[in-house]
Amino acid sequence: MQYEKVAENVGYKIEEILEEFGKVFSLAGQTLRDILRGRVDVKLVLTQMVKLGVDSLPLALVTATFVGMVFAVQIAYEFQLFGAGKYVGSVMALAIARELGPAITGIVVAARVAAAIAAELGTMKVTEQIDAIEALGASPVDYLVIPRFIAATLMLPLLTIFSILAAFFGGYAVAVYVVKINGSDYMATAQSFLSVWDIYGGLLKTVVFGMIIAIIACYKGLTTRGGAKGVGESTTSSVVTTLIILFIVNYFLSLLFFK
Amino acid sequence: MIKLTNLTKYFGDHKVLDDVNLEVKDGSSLAVIGPSGCGKSTLLRLIIRLVYPNSGSILVDNLDVGKLSEDALIGLRQKIGMIFQTSALFDSMNVYGNVAFSLHVNTRWKEDKIKGIVAEKLKMVDLEGTEKLMPSELSGGMQRRVCIARALAFDPKIILYDEPTTGLDPITEVTIENLMIKLSRELKVTSILVTHVLQTVYRVATRVAMLDKGKLIEIGTPEQTKTSKNPVIQKFITGGL
Repeated sequence: MQYEKVAENVGYKIEEILEEFGKVFSLAGQTLRDILRGRVDVKLVLTQMVKLGVDSLPLALVTATFVGMVFAVQIAYEFQLFGAGKYVGSVMALAIARELGPAITGIVVAARVAAAIAAELGTMKVTEQIDAIEALGASPVDYLVIPRFIAATLMLPLLTIFSILAAFFGGYAVAVYVVKINGSDYMATAQSFLSVWDIYGGLLKTVVFGMIIAIIACYKGLTTRGGAKGVGESTTSSVVTTLIILFIVNYFLSLLFFK
Repeated sequence: MIKLTNLTKYFGDHKVLDDVNLEVKDGSSLAVIGPSGCGKSTLLRLIIRLVYPNSGSILVDNLDVGKLSEDALIGLRQKIGMIFQTSALFDSMNVYGNVAFSLHVNTRWKEDKIKGIVAEKLKMVDLEGTEKLMPSELSGGMQRRVCIARALAFDPKIILYDEPTTGLDPITEVTIENLMIKLSRELKVTSILVTHVLQTVYRVATRVAMLDKGKLIEIGTPEQTKTSKNPVIQKFITGGL
């Protein structure tokens, strides 16, 4: 009896999650359809590019630099022990271009931007501002979702380029000046092991990350219910959901691009 | 004319509106009264299709609101101004941005023309020169008036008021009522007013409809409502005293 009840509850939960995913995909579909119809306000897109992208740059740079430095500490000493110190650069370059750069940027932007979008749209929802947009003859998707979707999709790869550079040279500083690895070897092995596809693949992943972050955060914001409590819940849920999806999608994209 | 036929709306299992039939003639002012949660605001939201009915139809100027295409709906919404209970001003924009919003979104008019319209609408609500103020710098009454100016941007034929005087001090309440009367008389707009402030009902409305538990229980002139024998209406009017 007890097991049946548990199974029933699990069933309801799965149904709820699938329904939610359906609605997110529906919003994504509507967003892409309206973009193709040319319902894009360039001014709003640029504003969001600054808010979501440029304003995230300091956080992305600091995080990437220190992750690169820590990663270098972890591998440089070990590689030196085995006499493979000159390969630190190659491992750093591959790991950063394929995984660390895109993942760090995705996580940083998901935490900062998904929370900001969900909180802003959620507050607009509970204060009837979304209804006002509709009542005034505008579409919340065109006015709110599309600018954020395009901005996140374009800015995430750009931010990732900066993150990759910051992590790589943060690692260089530690490897060369702390662990005393030859700087020319670091650069040379990095150059010889790294292919263009490693960089393209990493950046391509972040395009998908940007779309996921924007759509989930907008969906959570637009479906907020209640007052301040509802806004808090949708903000938290937006960040948690985005991060979980990001990690799962990252795995499959890595498998697809780099196997 | 607005015509609601057999209108029913559920939220989940809760029936908010139950088989409502109602007609609002051009140029008239209908007040919809009733206790909180009886479906008054939902009625307005259905008319402007912010929510869909479960059954029944809504005709506005002979257009079936439920069947309109996206573009036709935008056209209809330009004919209808909606005043929200919370004013619902966009807090990221100043007064000018708020009043000009629908003009910016729905037209390609030059900014000079839009500026002129915004100034004219703000003058109508006695808020000249407030264009640069942010919503947070306005009092509740001023926010409500900016909301009215915003709704007037496209010279609507119909205005839907959702609790327009609730939460305001008595003097501001009268100011908003005067404004509503002025719009009805001077612009000949059709109004539907949802409220539980009886003073507003008696001053502004030409007809009164009483909703209770989602059902339309009586409709008549303000005088007829005052003298109604219906116990539910009497209880509502006298506050159960």
